[in-house]
Amino acid sequence: MFEQSISTLAQKLRNKDISSVELTHLFLNRIAEIDPQLNSYITVSEQHALEQAAAADILIQSGKGTNLTGIPVAHKDLFCTQGTLTTCGSKMLSSFIPPYESTVTSRIQQSGAVMLGKTNMDEFAMGSSNENSFYGAVKNPWNLNTVPGGSSGGSAAAIAAGLAVAATGTDTGGSIRQPASFCGITGLKPTYGRVSRFGMIAYASSLDQAGPMAKSAEDCAHLMQAMSGFDEKDSTSSETPTDDYLTNINTPLTGLKIGLPKEYFGDGLDADVADVIMAAVKEFEKLGATVKEISLPNLQLSIPSYYVIAPSEASSNLSRFDGVRFGHRCDDPKDLLDMYTRSRAEGFGTEVQKRIMVGTYALSEGYYDAYYLKAQKIRRLIKEDFVKALSEVDVIMGPVAPTTAFSLGSKTSDPVAMYLEDIYTLSVNLAGIPAMSVPAGFVDGMPVGLQVMGNYFAEAKLLNVAHQYQQHTDWHLQSPAMTKGAKA
Amino acid sequence: MNWEVVIGLEIHTQLSTKSKLFSGAAVGFGAEPNTQTTLVDLGMPGALPVLNKEALRMAVMFGHAIDAEIGMTSVFARKNYFYPDLPKGYQTSQMDHPIVGIGHLDVTLEDGTTSRIGITRAHLEEDAGKSLHEDFQGMTGIDLNRSSTPLLEIVSEPDIRSAKEAVAYVKMIHSIVTYLGICDGNMAEGSMRCDVNISLRPKGQTEYGTRTEIKNVNSFRFIEKAIYTEIERQADILEDGGRIIQETRLYDPEKNETRSMRSKEDANDYRYFPCPDLLPIVLTQDYVDEIKASLPELPSQKAERFQSEHRLSEYDAHVLSSSRAMADYFEAANTIAKDAKLTANWVMGELSKLLNQEQLDIQNTPVKANSFGELVARIKDNTINGKTAKDVLQAMWEGEGSADKIIEAKGLKQVTDTDAIESMIQTILDANANQVQQYRSSDEDKQKKMIGFFVGQVMKASQGKANPGIVNPILAKMLKG
Repeated sequence: MFEQSISTLAQKLRNKDISSVELTHLFLNRIAEIDPQLNSYITVSEQHALEQAAAADILIQSGKGTNLTGIPVAHKDLFCTQGTLTTCGSKMLSSFIPPYESTVTSRIQQSGAVMLGKTNMDEFAMGSSNENSFYGAVKNPWNLNTVPGGSSGGSAAAIAAGLAVAATGTDTGGSIRQPASFCGITGLKPTYGRVSRFGMIAYASSLDQAGPMAKSAEDCAHLMQAMSGFDEKDSTSSETPTDDYLTNINTPLTGLKIGLPKEYFGDGLDADVADVIMAAVKEFEKLGATVKEISLPNLQLSIPSYYVIAPSEASSNLSRFDGVRFGHRCDDPKDLLDMYTRSRAEGFGTEVQKRIMVGTYALSEGYYDAYYLKAQKIRRLIKEDFVKALSEVDVIMGPVAPTTAFSLGSKTSDPVAMYLEDIYTLSVNLAGIPAMSVPAGFVDGMPVGLQVMGNYFAEAKLLNVAHQYQQHTDWHLQSPAMTKGAKA
Repeated sequence: MNWEVVIGLEIHTQLSTKSKLFSGAAVGFGAEPNTQTTLVDLGMPGALPVLNKEALRMAVMFGHAIDAEIGMTSVFARKNYFYPDLPKGYQTSQMDHPIVGIGHLDVTLEDGTTSRIGITRAHLEEDAGKSLHEDFQGMTGIDLNRSSTPLLEIVSEPDIRSAKEAVAYVKMIHSIVTYLGICDGNMAEGSMRCDVNISLRPKGQTEYGTRTEIKNVNSFRFIEKAIYTEIERQADILEDGGRIIQETRLYDPEKNETRSMRSKEDANDYRYFPCPDLLPIVLTQDYVDEIKASLPELPSQKAERFQSEHRLSEYDAHVLSSSRAMADYFEAANTIAKDAKLTANWVMGELSKLLNQEQLDIQNTPVKANSFGELVARIKDNTINGKTAKDVLQAMWEGEGSADKIIEAKGLKQVTDTDAIESMIQTILDANANQVQQYRSSDEDKQKKMIGFFVGQVMKASQGKANPGIVNPILAKMLKG
């Protein structure tokens, strides 16, 4: 039951093989059994889930509902959920219960899906290992001594361990794709503007994008069907009509032009990971695709550019956490300044404080041109690289991360090594294009994700490419050993 | 030393949109604290701004009214600073690419001189909330009703050379924004707030002296007084060989002094950067042209029309057109009175006097324009004379009814029957035989002085109802004997 696809489960629900309440109970029990080892959930909203499941059962009985109706899913804990604790992985919001619902979770709720709970994450989505959470690190179900990746590590680990059928994530610099790669699941970061950011707690507004995480591309398509589309409450959301993400998912890949950027296969890429990626590319050739080498010359500049732009926006976005209206407030403030400084020093973790300081510095008078403006210029160059490349090929492929999941604690004292983890993912956010992580094999028992990048609003194409690959491979169907003996 | 005053003004104009600049919350003055707010105005996590298109339209209207360049691509930027009534920790404003670029206004002073004041820019921004320091026993209350209320900040060039010119400029801006209907112009409620930048330099010097900025001066009178006070303060320092410190100052109307608020060294680094939650606003030429075509008549255009169409003097036309409400009142009254000069005199004279006495705006006058027009019509057709008209107006003001009703009820109709007047005069001449004798034996100069006595007697006898235009020639003739 924990490895079934959304369409299979939907069929079972419609056939009355199982009710949503029963299915939800199964998942809740399994979370209770397995999650203490993983720490993938911050909040399990049991009662809320069972109520939603009961409502879904009524809907299914009346012959209504969608493919998601009655399906248990989880949400990254930065989507505001009305009446349910929303922490963003931070002490700052450790008692924050929003009186409103994000557009993403609201749309998924309207499709009839059941929310099991809220998943763990790096604090304010800042991190690549899920070690920066106030609620403790998340463990990778494939090896409990390694990280699940970040910042959507809770969602990735939960899906890999069968603790949710699918989940939402957000991706500012790789936060859906890298944990998907590390945990052997499928994740899609849509085009910037494809999915509404309303009710999503902002890290870096010009880069943040919500997307689906699931076992397969097809399941991701089901989620995209519900969550994407224009939202008048988000001025940056696109009015470009959405595609039907399932209609063309079975289109054969004959004639598909794949670009392999040489910069993605240079120094720093683990040789075994490179082999997995090249084997996946060969598989695509078998499916009728052609491959050519391309160049994305400004790849190296994506790290400095990202680590100026994202912290700059974050320094401003996180100013609202001041202890005045909501969130953590220090005890017995002496005066206003004392309240601000202590509330923020106590409420934010180290990485968040670091990025606020970096961003504040970059935007300061006298430094703005040298840092922020320069970073924006690089961003334009990176975008132009992709636009040029995607005029020659249909999709670009490469690794998601230079390595498989690394050991817990191994990079926490070396921020630069940690930032280098994102080298293959950041540029996609800077350009605003969509990209996926698709399970493509293993190195020493740890999953490796293939990154598939496409043109603006080509999510349907990416899902089609990934789905065809998954029709001919079974990497996405593997489950970690720890879940095998589970009772539920 | 002979100092030249250099003044530049920043005027924050609250746009009279129904809802806020970035949210659907209602805009209104005096509501219960924190009742006119949405997630956006409260700065809740995940809340996002959506631009109010009406505010944008109003800004473009203003741009056209001052012949400005319209920013075809304008960008919102974040101005970052911490303050408890600034819920997001930044104010969304415009920096490098404002919606309104360089424009100008021609300002006419009371002495008739006109000068052109450059306007650097006007940009859209959201207002902050209010901190309430009283009533909370050592704590501060926050009211976010005003948070995200739309403002148009109008920044002038340092082209203003006197307090009088500054006030004339602010009045002109006030008049334009109220004519356009983009601001209610209510300064007492903070709908227009003014920051004044002042510096002095020796006459003839081209470079500017060090300036100070006086924040938040909220009435025409205070603007003038604050400028005089600050000029004097700066002149005293400079005459003593001192230096002006660049700083922000506050004007205290009770003590009539300005005092230091913060110096330049303490100023925030606002870390402006383009707001990533709002895309650049790109206007089409059609949109801009359509707004231009639909602009209402502006004060200067109205003043010109009053001169050409109604044959009013330049001064009268200027005074009447300075406020849209007064201009509308005048025109409405005149359609009934059908004598522009007479109507203008009465609007600017007796009506304004009563409004001033009661401290009322013309919008709130108890005598509506139509009724006022009827009163003027009765003066014009000689039913009553001017003196009686004042009493009638007073009665109308006190709600005793229309001019005709009051004239009828009180029997105030002017006596124009020449026979009746002749017999009234004869009675007076008979009763004052000595004075008549004296008059007849005096020279012309003396006679001119004496005639007032007889006119007075006639008016007294007629209880003010005799038409002076008829009385005077008859009296002169009968006195000759």
